[in-house]
Order: sequence, then C-alpha cells, then structure tokens
Amino acid sequence: MRRLLRQVRAEQRVYWRNVPTAFFTFFLPLLFLVFLGLFGRDKVVDGHPYAALFVPGMLGTAAVMTTFAGLAITLTIRRDRGMLKRVRGTPLPPATYLGGLVLSTSLVLALESIVVLVVGATAFDVSLPARWWELVALVVLGAVSFAGLGIATTRIVPSAEGSSAVVNAIYVPVLVLSGAFFPVGGMPAPLRFVSDALPLSHLLSAMRAEFTAGGLGRPELLGLLVVVAWGIAGAVLALRTFQWEPRGG
Amino acid sequence: MTPAITVRNLRKAYDGVEAVRGIDIDVARGEIFALLGPNGAGKTTTVEILEGYRHADDGAVDVLGFDPITGGSAYRARIGIVLQSSGVYPFMSVREVCALFAGFYDAPRQVTDVLAAVGLTEQADTRVRKLSGGQRRRLDVALALIGRPEVIFLDEPTTGFDPGARRDAWEMISSLAEAGTTVFLTTHYMDEARVLADRVAVLRRGEVVALGSPASLIGDRGARIRFAVPGSVDASTIATVAAAPTTIDSGVATVEVDDPTRALHALTTWALTNGRTLDDLEVLRPTLEDVYLELTGGDAS
Repeated sequence: MRRLLRQVRAEQRVYWRNVPTAFFTFFLPLLFLVFLGLFGRDKVVDGHPYAALFVPGMLGTAAVMTTFAGLAITLTIRRDRGMLKRVRGTPLPPATYLGGLVLSTSLVLALESIVVLVVGATAFDVSLPARWWELVALVVLGAVSFAGLGIATTRIVPSAEGSSAVVNAIYVPVLVLSGAFFPVGGMPAPLRFVSDALPLSHLLSAMRAEFTAGGLGRPELLGLLVVVAWGIAGAVLALRTFQWEPRGG
Repeated sequence: MTPAITVRNLRKAYDGVEAVRGIDIDVARGEIFALLGPNGAGKTTTVEILEGYRHADDGAVDVLGFDPITGGSAYRARIGIVLQSSGVYPFMSVREVCALFAGFYDAPRQVTDVLAAVGLTEQADTRVRKLSGGQRRRLDVALALIGRPEVIFLDEPTTGFDPGARRDAWEMISSLAEAGTTVFLTTHYMDEARVLADRVAVLRRGEVVALGSPASLIGDRGARIRFAVPGSVDASTIATVAAAPTTIDSGVATVEVDDPTRALHALTTWALTNGRTLDDLEVLRPTLEDVYLELTGGDAS
C-alpha cells in the first residue's frame, strides 16, 4: 500500500511536469467545453438546453482522453524506451506499478471532472445533478473501463513514434460517433448502429440523463452493461497481452 | 561456497535459429565474470535469461539459489540489472528517480552514497532528460546498485563511452567487486575484459570457445619476434636460424616462436657472427585481442 501511494505520487509529479502531455489530456477537454459554450450556450437540442448535453459530453471526453488515450500513449512510450523493462527487473510488483499509474491518471480525471462541472455551473448554468453520486459512479465506471481498454490498446500500437497518431485515429472517431460533441439522434442508421456498439455513447446517455432527467432510467442502465462489457474485455485483453519489453528488441 | 551463478547446457533459439547452443558457466561469489564476443554471439540472450527476462529452451540456470524465471520479486530484490538500453522518467531529477527505486527494496543503500559511487553527486538535482549519454549510463548503474544487490548484471556497460569515461566506469565496477558484489558483464571490448574480469568466457555463435582468466587465455600461446631486415636476407634464412616460421613484409621480419628465449639467442648470435644488427627488435606477447580474433574467427564485431 505504501509502495502504491509512492508510485501514485511519482506518477503525479511526472504527469504535471510534462507540460505538453498534461495540456493534451487535461486542458483540451476544457478548451472544447469553452468553445462549445461560446458557440451554443443558448441553443436547444432534442428539447434540452445544449449546455446540459455538452457538459456531460465533455465529462465523457475527458474520461476517454485521460484514461484511454493518456494510458495507451504513456505506456507505449515507456515500453519503447525500455522504462517498463527496467521496472520489471526490480522487486516492485507489476500490478503495483500499473496500479499506481492508473490511480494517478484517475486522480487527474477526477480533478478535470470537477473543473468541467464547476465551469458548467458557473459559466453555462448547468447545475450539478440531483443524484450527483450517480454521476460520480459513472465517471468511475468510465475511468475503469477506458483504462483497461487503453492498456489493451498498447498491444496494437507498434512504437512510441506513431503512438499518438494510432491512438488518435481510434478515439477521435469514437468521440464523434458517440455524440460527445453533438447528440447522435440525427445520425444515419448505419452510423447509429456503430454508435450503439460503442461504450462511450452509452456512458454519455447515462451521464446526460443525470442532467436532463434527474437520474437513470431502465434504458440507461441497460446501456451501461455495454460499458461494463467493453471494460471487462479490455481488462482481460490487457492482462493477457500486455508487453513490458520494446518491440523487436 | 556455492557459486553465485551456475549455467548448464543452456540453449535458446529464436525462430529456429539457435542463439545460444549449450553454454556451461560457473561464476563464484565476488567474482567479475565477463562474457566476451562479437555482436550476435549470444551475449545478451544469455544475460537476459539469467536476469529472468527470457525462458531458456533447454538447460539449467541457477542464480543465488533461484530459477530466474520463477524467482519473482524475491529474486529481483537480490540482483541489480543494467540493461543494454533502458529509459527512466525524463521529467524526474536524478535524486528523485533514485529515491523512487530505493523504495522498491527493503534495505536499500542511501541515495547520496550511490550517487557518490557512480559520480553523479553534482547532477543529483538535474532532470534525467538533461543528462549526457555517459551520465545516463551512470544513472543506470546507480539504479542497479540502489537495492544492495548480491549479483549485478551489466550488459555492455561502457558501449559508446569515451576512453576517460570508460576508465572511470572500470574503476567503479572493480570497486563493486571489492565490496563483495558478484559482477556478470558482457562486452565486445577486449581491453575491458582484460582489465576488469577475473575470468572471461569467449562466446562465438552461441558457444563458449574459451574460458579462463585473461592471462590463461593468452597463456601458452607463443610470442612474435620482430625486427627490420635488409633486402638481401630472405625469410628462409631467418627461419632456419630461429628454427621457427618466419615471414618478411616491407622489410620487417616476423618470427612466430614457442620459446622466445631460445629463438632470440639464436637470432642475436647469428646477427653478431655476421656483423649485422637487428634494428627495431621487439618481442610481442599475443594480446587478448589476438586470441579473441583467432577464437572468433574474425566474425564482424
């Protein structure tokens, strides 16, 4: 436990000192939030104030960027540079190492989520949902699921050099197709089909229900099963296929 | 005392190509042991099996009573590893990284002691990304030392060093062994093996082709006598006098002898009798490099 906390502290230090990465994963969703707010704060979409849709949209975006993209890119770089191989040669248990990184990343996401909610409430009149604890649970569910998927994704990223390109190519379409920026109601059927298969779209539906319907209904709860299924698949793949050593080395 | 490292009939193939073909090695505690060979001879494969990174296809490996593959954290707590290349958190300072790694062990060394030992005291508060290549290599060694290892593995520790930095590294490695640490290193530098190692195994295409102290490898190989000869003397004359094979190249005779004392006596007697001098006379003992080149058959290094 002491070692885990020490890892979290070290990871925090490393995260905030690496300004470009911190900007990319932490501030970009906040920037999107502000842009969307300036562009559509008074619009009404699907019978709801647009702000009540894009604030949860950016919560989901933040979860994908910090946990999925952040972990996938960070771990690929560390694998390629031999940092993981070095740690593997010490008595530190691998689970403690990865756990420290995931916890640290979750801490970043928690902070970011708070900032999104505060900006939403103060700048765009989106007040905190009545069942805020359910929203917290949704963020945690997203973080855990996307973390597993992010770690599993490192298996298909060949090297550090192309890592952000590959990872962006995965999650940017996912953000759009899942309706993170604009709800998917008007999408053509084939795209809807893809959207329905993605974990983020269901996570976002549930988060939006917290803001617009005052809580989760049956469809939202069923949708969360899709998130859980992706999360389990990601975790299993991550445990089975994760590589500690650089490719081809 | 039981050896620190025992390797028996070690075999490892990649995609059907045998990288290591039946190696036997014993390394005593406190010994500096060097695995010497050209690139592709199987050095890294061997050391990475000892470190627990790779499975052996066949054979038995024992380090400090552990099977490296199943030894887990208990095994890794007792060894130190310097990989051929491996990164560290670029955004941490040297001191922070050492303190973090010290936390992985139950009874680590003091960070300041380790930094002093590797000569990084002045860089303690420098971020890792600002270190030079040589300083990073010293940090590699510092991180391998921090857990007070009984055995330290060094995979080509000085590749890319300038001569001064290499000498410093050698001193540091020697002092480790003096403090009782067993050192297992790989290198393709002959002088490194000669200066540092108590014993050397020369590896060629996955097999040990020579094993022993640097002196014993040079051992009973003869010597070369060289001197300048005027054009009027041919090689067969000198070969007859010295009773040893002789070549003449650009006016320099080289005589390959088993017993330099006897041959020198014969040659100097012949010179004095015939009123000649043996200009630029020298007797050359073979170097480890000669032995190495002979043993490795000139495989590209």
